[in-house]
Amino acid sequence: MWSWETFIDAFPFVIEGINITLGLTVTSYLLALAAGFIWLVLESTPSRIINFFFHWIREFIRSTPPLVQIFFLYFAWPEVPYVGMTFTPFIAAMLALGIHFSTYISEVYRSGIESVDQGQWEASKALNLSTKDTWMRIVLPQALPPTIPMLGNYLIILFKEVPLAATIGVVGILSLARTYGSNTWAYLEPITIVAILFLLLSYPSALLIRWLEKKMNNRFEKKETKVKVSK
Amino acid sequence: MDSALNILSYLSQGLWTTVSIFLAATFFSFVMAFFAGLCRVVKNPLVRGVTTAYVEIFRGTSLIVQLFWLYYAVPMLFGINLGSNWWVGVIAIALNYGAYMSEVVRSSVLSVDEGQTEAAIALNLSRVQRMRHVILPQALRLMLPEFGNYMIQILKGTALVSLIGLTDILYYGDIYRSTNLDEGPLAYLMVLIMYFIIALPLIWLSKKGEKISKKGVAG
Repeated sequence: MWSWETFIDAFPFVIEGINITLGLTVTSYLLALAAGFIWLVLESTPSRIINFFFHWIREFIRSTPPLVQIFFLYFAWPEVPYVGMTFTPFIAAMLALGIHFSTYISEVYRSGIESVDQGQWEASKALNLSTKDTWMRIVLPQALPPTIPMLGNYLIILFKEVPLAATIGVVGILSLARTYGSNTWAYLEPITIVAILFLLLSYPSALLIRWLEKKMNNRFEKKETKVKVSK
Repeated sequence: MDSALNILSYLSQGLWTTVSIFLAATFFSFVMAFFAGLCRVVKNPLVRGVTTAYVEIFRGTSLIVQLFWLYYAVPMLFGINLGSNWWVGVIAIALNYGAYMSEVVRSSVLSVDEGQTEAAIALNLSRVQRMRHVILPQALRLMLPEFGNYMIQILKGTALVSLIGLTDILYYGDIYRSTNLDEGPLAYLMVLIMYFIIALPLIWLSKKGEKISKKGVAG
């Protein structure tokens, strides 16, 4: 049965973990943003075999469960010959989630770059810009801003995957809620608190992203000649 | 190589649990998606409000939290037993991804051109007929690629059921690793490969769906 006393008792205990939960979200997101670029490079080398190889590696990471990847890095990585080492739970979860989400982020980057008009490349060539200038001054400044809402969406999705780290002992809010539950045999209230905290953090962010999406759509909409038909 | 095959045959004990949960959860996700998606485009504000709350709550919290909530909290709160852990897993995944996929249904239905509705009204079709014979057939093809993607997500989600004590592929992978510590990397690699093999047809499906949704149709 629901008890407000337990709720009030559990709340300060569970909220202790919010720093870890948010910290893991931010660090793995930064990793995903950086690694997303690496995939892009690995998949557009001059060699088609290498591109094909990394495309399927990325597809592999993308379509297998992040939970297994977390277990792999935490439990099995130390046993890998030559490169194996022991990670703390936090680092293992950060690497696993960061790499898992980088496979999505790289897709977002790609869609942004592909949406840049072909004429921009041709004009850069005609102006004799170097490859670096073409990318840094012409293509990326146009490609990246429209992807911001999508990148924001992935931040929210990543945030919701972070409690998976509780399974290897990262002491975030979910982990603390389960500890509280196993100590007192009251699971209902602490887990409800976790759900409420997630909702409180992710729902306003989702609304913000939707608003941003609308603004971006208005701003970056391909200017079409709109014919107004008078009614 | 030998031990890889060994591990594969050991893991395959959990294959049916993973596949059966995946199939059942996919089925119920689709049911929830169409039900909730269509409820959100009806006129009645109460129906719309309730389904919007469902969708936002389940999209706003994570699958693992919902799974634990159903597993630990629901029996305490309502004194009901959801049957078995198998059902807890299926219901949690179906409610979660049903909420996500209902957004796909809703946005696809809304993106069918206004003129189609107007033409259907002009032809004197009822609301239900309009939806069934005019709007939905056109909206369905728009949903295909997203549905393919979400089916991969559902498959990945099924790995969580090992946390509530179901004996799926990951469960057997864990057992194998804990008894053969030095073969841990190979054990988890095989687990990942098994999931990937199940995912391959889904990847193909979502790529195919993308082609179908882009083909033809003016506008």
